[in-house]
Amino acid sequence: MTNSPSTALLQTTNLSRRFGGLTAVNNVSLILEPNELHAVIGPNGAGKSTLVNLLSGELLPSSGTITLTGQNVTRVPVHRRVHQGIARSFQRTNVFKEMTVLENVRLAAQAAFAPAGGLFQSSARARDLVDRAHAALKRAGLPWAASHIAGTMSHGAQRQLEIAMTLASEPKVLLLDEPLAGMGQEEADRMAALLKSLATDHALLLIEHDMDFVFKVADHMTVLVEGTVLATGKPADVRNNQAVQHAYLGGHA
Amino acid sequence: MSVFLAQLLNGLQYGLLLFLIASGLTLVFGVLGIINLAHGSMFMIGAYVAYAVTSWSGSLWLALPAAILGGIILGSILERCLFRYFYKREHLDQVLLTFALILIFEELRSLFVGNDFHSVPIPSLLDFSIPITSTFSYSAYRFVVIGVCLALAAALFYWIERTKMGAIIRAAAEKPEMVDVLGIDARRIHLTVVAVGTALALAAGALNAPLSSVYPNMGDGWLIISFVVVVIGGLGSISGAFWSALLIGMIDTMGKGYFPAVAGISIYVLMAVVLLVRPNGLFGQRT
Amino acid sequence: MTQAPRLLPETKTGWAALAVGAIALALMPLFASPYHVELGTTALIAALLALSLQLLVGVTGLVSLGHGAFYGLAAYIVYFLSPEGSPQPIWLTLPIAMLVAGLAAALVGLFALRTKGFFFLMVTLAFGQMIFFVFHDTKIGGGTDGAYLAKPIISAFGMTLDLPRRQRPIGTYYVALTQLIITYLALAWLLRTLFGRVLEGIRVNEHRMQALGHNTQRAKLIAFSLAGALAGAAGHMWAMHRGFVNPEIIGWHKSAEALLMILLGGLGALHGPIIGALAYTGLTEVAGLMTERKLLVEGLVILLAVIVLPKGLSGIRLFSLAKPSGNPHDPLGDTDPSQREVKIDND
Repeated sequence: MTNSPSTALLQTTNLSRRFGGLTAVNNVSLILEPNELHAVIGPNGAGKSTLVNLLSGELLPSSGTITLTGQNVTRVPVHRRVHQGIARSFQRTNVFKEMTVLENVRLAAQAAFAPAGGLFQSSARARDLVDRAHAALKRAGLPWAASHIAGTMSHGAQRQLEIAMTLASEPKVLLLDEPLAGMGQEEADRMAALLKSLATDHALLLIEHDMDFVFKVADHMTVLVEGTVLATGKPADVRNNQAVQHAYLGGHA
Repeated sequence: MSVFLAQLLNGLQYGLLLFLIASGLTLVFGVLGIINLAHGSMFMIGAYVAYAVTSWSGSLWLALPAAILGGIILGSILERCLFRYFYKREHLDQVLLTFALILIFEELRSLFVGNDFHSVPIPSLLDFSIPITSTFSYSAYRFVVIGVCLALAAALFYWIERTKMGAIIRAAAEKPEMVDVLGIDARRIHLTVVAVGTALALAAGALNAPLSSVYPNMGDGWLIISFVVVVIGGLGSISGAFWSALLIGMIDTMGKGYFPAVAGISIYVLMAVVLLVRPNGLFGQRT
Repeated sequence: MTQAPRLLPETKTGWAALAVGAIALALMPLFASPYHVELGTTALIAALLALSLQLLVGVTGLVSLGHGAFYGLAAYIVYFLSPEGSPQPIWLTLPIAMLVAGLAAALVGLFALRTKGFFFLMVTLAFGQMIFFVFHDTKIGGGTDGAYLAKPIISAFGMTLDLPRRQRPIGTYYVALTQLIITYLALAWLLRTLFGRVLEGIRVNEHRMQALGHNTQRAKLIAFSLAGALAGAAGHMWAMHRGFVNPEIIGWHKSAEALLMILLGGLGALHGPIIGALAYTGLTEVAGLMTERKLLVEGLVILLAVIVLPKGLSGIRLFSLAKPSGNPHDPLGDTDPSQREVKIDND
């Protein structure tokens, strides 16, 4: 596949992951193009989170390959994958609650960019990292929050912080596990606008349950059922797909 | 040849005793999430129970049931009064709790029995050797130890693999939150597991008593070797603990027999290699 | 805008309190009997060991039961370098003892850090015991009987600090105190560095740190080796204090005691282990004076401390129920990441 002139940023080929007798992800091949917002949907237990964990490197596949800009990253460990341009957020808010917002994002920037003064300099003096952190906060819509303690902020703001942390490594690909989880309408709208804006210069792969949201913002959709790709394509095509309607969407569409 | 055969049987017997200790350790951790450093003290208590029972009644035959019964009682007390408050505490708290128990048990032992070395006689009925080949015979008592260990191991396997409670225990070792989700009487399970684990350690101590002397702090060495067994066997896996215990028993015994200079560290080297190749243990099923 | 590291005092008053404590320790020998000065030295060395372990436990969230081995190993290095009758300068013995202990820790860490939680405890304990058995079962360090050594001497520019015999305990006391203060300040500096923040992040949520792109394995190995080297400095001081080594100082009870001092003093502060070590040394001394059943008293005190004071004297958090601790069972990614946090209250 890699020898064909593909524009794909991230690509999986026949990716499978088995847990004992259970196949959580089964022969999944998908392509993520630059500047694309690609939504993966599916019922609970469809293997969506496992797929994200495979892409981020937290799980290794039982078979199949993952390439990033044509390079095989199937077995590259989590932290090195971040350096190569894949960053992820978590379904359950996973920020350092006792640290300030800035510190959270700075830790993320520090992971990706070797600080100019080395690792053994005072964290207060690492200006380059702090600047990057501020930039990421601004992009994620949190410039006001830098000195807040992360755990004291609203749920919606903490979700935004998750995004800021993934942005701090200046990734090519963002993997977002239910970025809207637990959000109210207003917060969700703000997040949707943010994701739309991020999709102008990143590739986004996101898992989401909120169908209205997905059909509104996604450029491309993949429907996963029992670990297998049931359908993939433009939202309109997926919406009209008989198998999808039958197996999953039910009366929704 | 006969030396080799003796080493083989000694290794088997040592490995089986290790299994009795390590299985309790891994069960208690697997199901309850408790690190019990005082598990070695249980072995020591078992040895002293054997000593006390034989010097009081003159018969070792009573020692094994007494040790098992004592283990069940002691385990139940520990679980009810201490362990259950520590299931969700951090490792550090558990380590220090059970370390404190070691100190307390050692001091109580010193208070009631003293600090002398004692030997426990092999029952006269078993104080003979069974000829195996024309040039080699093997202690009848050691055969009995092997037999009793195998019987206890078989009972343990039956309990874990074939009974309803065993199924729950296996599930709990895989996913601790399962027990709560299924609405099973977790208290009863916890109590049983600690009681059984403790009883096995006391039984091992009692069986071993006539083979070595009975002395202060004797549990420490066994505790650490049991840790190595659990690491190599893979956590929460009873069958892993079984094969790993036999492997360690053989390597240690053979090493002491043939390569005494390096025997002391051979099992640690084995552990290091296993950690490099399979960090989850040789027999661990975890991915 | 940058946050003060969690384990350091937040205010100037806090630092002033620490300074007052240090001055009190420095003045102690002027008022105490030689016996109590020696006891003080013992306590300071215990504090050095516990402080080095705090880098693992309180900072990085690694509970090791093999830490005493690096301490004991370093003491034996002093014996090899400076055997009875030929004392060597401290400038030679201290760096080498620290280096060897640090390298040994790096080697152990290479294997042990492949595991987590309960496994990590068992593996560090087992490797620690391996080092113990090397000195216990062979004759290289005098076997089980131990061996005498020449206490390293302090010399500079050809001059040797030669105190009259009566004042020597005081000299050792001040060497230990200086070392303790330097170690504390060095660790306080480390906590403020970018590297210190990585360790802090690992303690709270290692999985998240990895997902951010941190090589947590390497960071943990550096911390483990560094802690080993600092434990080596403590072991060196022990040899210098006692002039004698035996396998007992390597045994895992030493590691457990150091953990206890941390718990007693508090996980939530860098100075916690120092308070814990002083308190524990005092306590065992009193227990030894009152009863022959010293271990029983110690055991009961530990039991009480674990049950009543789970977060130690410096961060008293009474009767608080436990938070979910790191669960070594869960396969990656499938469980609530907050379950992975080993949270420690320090307020």
